Amino acid sequence: MKDKSIHLLNFIGLGFFEPAIRLASGEEVKKNLTALIKKVVFPIVSVVLFLLFWHYGATALYNIEKNYKIETARTAGGEAAVETELARIVSGESSINSLPSPGAVVDAFKALIVDHKAISAKKTAFEEKTAVLNAKREANGQAAITYTGRPSFVDQIMTSLKTVFAGFFLALFLAVPIGMVLGLSETLRSSFNWLIQIFKPVSPVVWFLLVYMIVKSLTLTYDGDVSFIISFIAVGLCAMWATLVNTTLGVASVDQDFINVAKVLNLSVGQKVFKIVLPSAFPLIFTGLRITVSVAWMVLIAIELLSQSPGLGTFVWEEFQNGANDSNAKIIAAMFVIGGIGFLLDRLMFSVQKLMTFTEA
Amino acid sequence: MEVVDKNIVRRSDNGLFEDKYMLDISQVTKIYPTPKGDYVVLDDLDLKVKHEEFISIIGHSGCGKSTLLTMIAGLNPISKGTIVANNKTVIGPGPDRGVIFQSPSLLPWMTAYENVMLGVKQVFAHGTKKDREDIVKYYLAKVGLEDAMYKKAKDLSQGMQQRVGIARAFALKPKVLLLDEPFGMLDSLTRGELQDVLIEVWNQEKITAIMITHDVDESIFLADRVIMMTSGPKAKVGDVLQIDFERPRLRKDVLEHPDYYKYREHLINFLEH
Repeated sequence: MKDKSIHLLNFIGLGFFEPAIRLASGEEVKKNLTALIKKVVFPIVSVVLFLLFWHYGATALYNIEKNYKIETARTAGGEAAVETELARIVSGESSINSLPSPGAVVDAFKALIVDHKAISAKKTAFEEKTAVLNAKREANGQAAITYTGRPSFVDQIMTSLKTVFAGFFLALFLAVPIGMVLGLSETLRSSFNWLIQIFKPVSPVVWFLLVYMIVKSLTLTYDGDVSFIISFIAVGLCAMWATLVNTTLGVASVDQDFINVAKVLNLSVGQKVFKIVLPSAFPLIFTGLRITVSVAWMVLIAIELLSQSPGLGTFVWEEFQNGANDSNAKIIAAMFVIGGIGFLLDRLMFSVQKLMTFTEA
Repeated sequence: MEVVDKNIVRRSDNGLFEDKYMLDISQVTKIYPTPKGDYVVLDDLDLKVKHEEFISIIGHSGCGKSTLLTMIAGLNPISKGTIVANNKTVIGPGPDRGVIFQSPSLLPWMTAYENVMLGVKQVFAHGTKKDREDIVKYYLAKVGLEDAMYKKAKDLSQGMQQRVGIARAFALKPKVLLLDEPFGMLDSLTRGELQDVLIEVWNQEKITAIMITHDVDESIFLADRVIMMTSGPKAKVGDVLQIDFERPRLRKDVLEHPDYYKYREHLINFLEH
């Protein structure tokens, strides 16, 4: 049981909990205690220090804004104006949009959850109400009536994940085969090298615009979700380069000994590629895919923001434009959610990589 | 060459020699072009190997022993001359010439069994699945890997990996077996063990074998004939020593044989001059 859970933790990349489990079973107390302090306690301390720094920093920034407002009121209307301004600040009528404190972010996060619950309740109610009607409409060959209300925060997360996975799979299906072909043929590799070097550093924003130009013309008569198509293609094209370059390198640098084995055994081209070249390139391909997932998630926010496709990017941008009292806190809450999901995606890829490759990562 | 193999040369005059040789290397030259001009590794080299003969090639590093072996294997183009193996001129690699590489060259993501099966499938494509399985298991058992058959190659020790290498080479039933310093990377204890494994399997299969080695004792113990190569560039066959121990050989008997030190001295004298 113990060994199993340690193995599992190491496998999913959470090996730093290992000492805690060993300690719980009373094994080598002193050594594991030191390891626990180093791997778990110190990180927690650093997080606490960070929160304190954030809290006091946010308070200081808040006070700067507040003092400025009061001073402005004083020069404009004397002490009476200061009193009214203070009252307005307390009531929230005069909002101070500075960096929110950790507490405010937690509150905003809770509010987002409450909001999500309210919206999903509404959605369920709507679906129940339209169930009969929709069945009838479908029978008549008409499109069903769908809920068109505001998406909740959780809906936005789901949309973003959908976009990032679509983009990732696009990158996978483009970059791995192309990388393999380029890796196998030196002629093709040098033919396309310039193009790759030019396109690789292009910024997500420009990729978005490029994809927009192309997809717009192609989808003039299409009445589906064009913004989703644009954003996932742009994400895929931005993120695929790491996989493309790594696959090419992995395939091109297969151990000469393995190639000799293939030659001596007279393996066919297909056998050579699938039995020898591809497996030996797996470690590098998966390293590339891991980078691709990270990049996809990172550029997603910017691309969603531009494409007006629903998702976390749009959420952040709308909150920023909104400028309500808790807008900044919601943006920071979204930031942590984005960071957390990015971390989970990376762990996920890490596990897949370990599962699929023969070397110890 | 002619001096040593008088009998064979005489027979060749009668036009009978073709079938007698499993491997016929004639006037082979290997040139690597360099910016400073051609670098001649092997110059006009002749070597004839009989059916079921085990020869070892010994020489200093860089004398072109491995180049010669890779040319026989078909992995390295021949600049001049011809190599005929089993009455077929060598133009490329093929499973009729099995190779045991210096590094075991197993595919680390496959098990020992799968590594051997990869080649067996290729060579015995027409046999039944059961036949192929039997062949793989038989040879893995022969090299002492019955219990480690289904372990991933990366989890095997160097010595065990090279045992798989031996099994893989023999399982393909090649006409000629080429060994490129197969035990060079092993410690001396493991090396001894593997020499025993190799000679045991070889005693049963009697596949014509050419082995590159640095090790004087290894070459005496395993080979019927030791080919000594001059130092490169323009390496040639410098001397040939016939080893007349009876087969099957046991290490103990070989070491105690009165001729052993004579052979050994001969080889060391050549290498030191």
